[in-house]
Amino acid sequence: MAATDVPLGAVAPVSAQSAQAAPGQGRPFAPPRYPRLRAGLATLGWSLASLGLFAGLWEALWALGFLNPLLLPPPHLFLADLPATLKYFDRSNRIGSRSEGGGVMPLLATIGWTTMRVTVGLVLGFVGGVLVGALLHYVRLFRNLVLPTVLLLAPISPVAWLPVAIFVFGIGDVPAIFLVFITLFFAIALTTSTQIAAVPVTYLNVARIMGADTRQTFFRVVLPAILPGLFMTLRLNLFAAWMVVLIAEAVGVGSGLGQIVSLARSTFNARLSFFTMAIIGLLGFSFDWALRQIQARMLWWIAPQGGGR
Amino acid sequence: MNAPVPTPSLRRPAVHLSGVGKTWTPAGRGPVQALRDVDLDIAPGEFVVFLGPSGCGKSTLLYMIAGLEPASAGTMEADGLPITGPAAERGLIFQDASLFPWLTILDNVAFGLSIGAVQKLKRREIAAEMLRRVGLADMMDKKPDELSGGMRQRAACARALAMRPKVLMMDEPFAALDVQTRAKMQDFLLQIWRDSGASIVLVTHSIDEAVALADRVVVFTARPGRVKTIVPVDLPRPRNPRDPRFHDLRDRFGELLADEVDRAFAEQEAR
Repeated sequence: MAATDVPLGAVAPVSAQSAQAAPGQGRPFAPPRYPRLRAGLATLGWSLASLGLFAGLWEALWALGFLNPLLLPPPHLFLADLPATLKYFDRSNRIGSRSEGGGVMPLLATIGWTTMRVTVGLVLGFVGGVLVGALLHYVRLFRNLVLPTVLLLAPISPVAWLPVAIFVFGIGDVPAIFLVFITLFFAIALTTSTQIAAVPVTYLNVARIMGADTRQTFFRVVLPAILPGLFMTLRLNLFAAWMVVLIAEAVGVGSGLGQIVSLARSTFNARLSFFTMAIIGLLGFSFDWALRQIQARMLWWIAPQGGGR
Repeated sequence: MNAPVPTPSLRRPAVHLSGVGKTWTPAGRGPVQALRDVDLDIAPGEFVVFLGPSGCGKSTLLYMIAGLEPASAGTMEADGLPITGPAAERGLIFQDASLFPWLTILDNVAFGLSIGAVQKLKRREIAAEMLRRVGLADMMDKKPDELSGGMRQRAACARALAMRPKVLMMDEPFAALDVQTRAKMQDFLLQIWRDSGASIVLVTHSIDEAVALADRVVVFTARPGRVKTIVPVDLPRPRNPRDPRFHDLRDRFGELLADEVDRAFAEQEAR
């Protein structure tokens, strides 16, 4: 049993001693086997229970006649007759095109287009934000000239940029990508510049003494030091990015999940509406999950794997 | 166990300071003189302790020797060459170990070598050897916050030693450690000193630490910091804190410091 304690090298002798001292005082504490698997199963179980409770209540209210199925169709109704629902999805990325008649592949294509817009917008916003944030910190003239404007533009809701995006980029993918970019860009730029200012001076001094040049100091010391803060900002703005892309698609793109929601609204199609909402929820959840995985890999020193200290 | 007694006059000093001064100009206020007319030679392999009241500029002087701060007056030389900036052969260890939390202990120790473009296998080898030397061979793959304060400080030593410094500077390295750990770390430091042959300059406000470690103790005045006196500590090593001579030295440093502490307080209240 003591063998499982060994990873914490310095602590091992102490715990071995206490384990030897323990027998008189009852059973030693036995750690559960496969702790991560158990924790994972528990999370899955509770998630299913939570979803089941929600769907069950909804179904019960419908069964008791409190809900109008035309307005709030419960899951078994909006998931029924999928072919009819899927025919609204279109494989091509064109406005008003419904020539191919829908199906599972068009559904995936629609999801793919929306995901692409979010991803491209987030990547551009992140990279651009870090770049501008670094300039804001390091170049005084740039900071003096640009920071006041950035502070003024940052609080403007991305949705307010929508007309501008359409004026400038027309109808298509670009305005949606632009809005996602705007959602993240200002937040990352400001986070970058404040986080760089907060990097401990001793880290920079260590780098200087070891002979690091400016570039090495930035990529080997400053960037890793600010990465946790950047990831926090990225995850906080992820859901906003999803909201914004749907709005952009509903208005300025003409394809994607946002367009389907808009279509459901204008054709009074509650089934399509709820089906699409379920898809959007799943997508947003998956995105956040994926980002958490990336975060755990890149910031391995922050998220302790399995217990930690 | 006796450390080799250095023979300063025969060799070029590892660090040579002459008329060194430092003046700060804080925003919106007049200039503040932190250091004035410091003359000091540190011999190769010598263990020098800077002792003084807080705010006397002893840490500032250390940073200046390390090359992190320029001098406002005077000349500073290391190994006969003017000090113009930081150099790996003048290692500096901070009060908090300042290990990078995103690197393993091994990678932290190898950091300076990787900046110096040492080949990967070679630098892992050197870093592992340094960690073995400071007694952290088992901790290579840990992250810094899995280590105790004393271990972190030892890892910081290994990181500095990996660069084969001629002078190893330490800014109150044990101030944040508990008393028992501190005593252990002092033994450890003496061993490192003997093994590496580097000069050590250690800043402290602890009289016991100064008497326990130093070949020479440089006592500073209150601000503006000047060298008040330099006291050689010629007790044989290992030093016993119960030795009467240890006591005498401690009392002497106590008196030397008391005046300066009083003056530092008086100045603070006048402000």
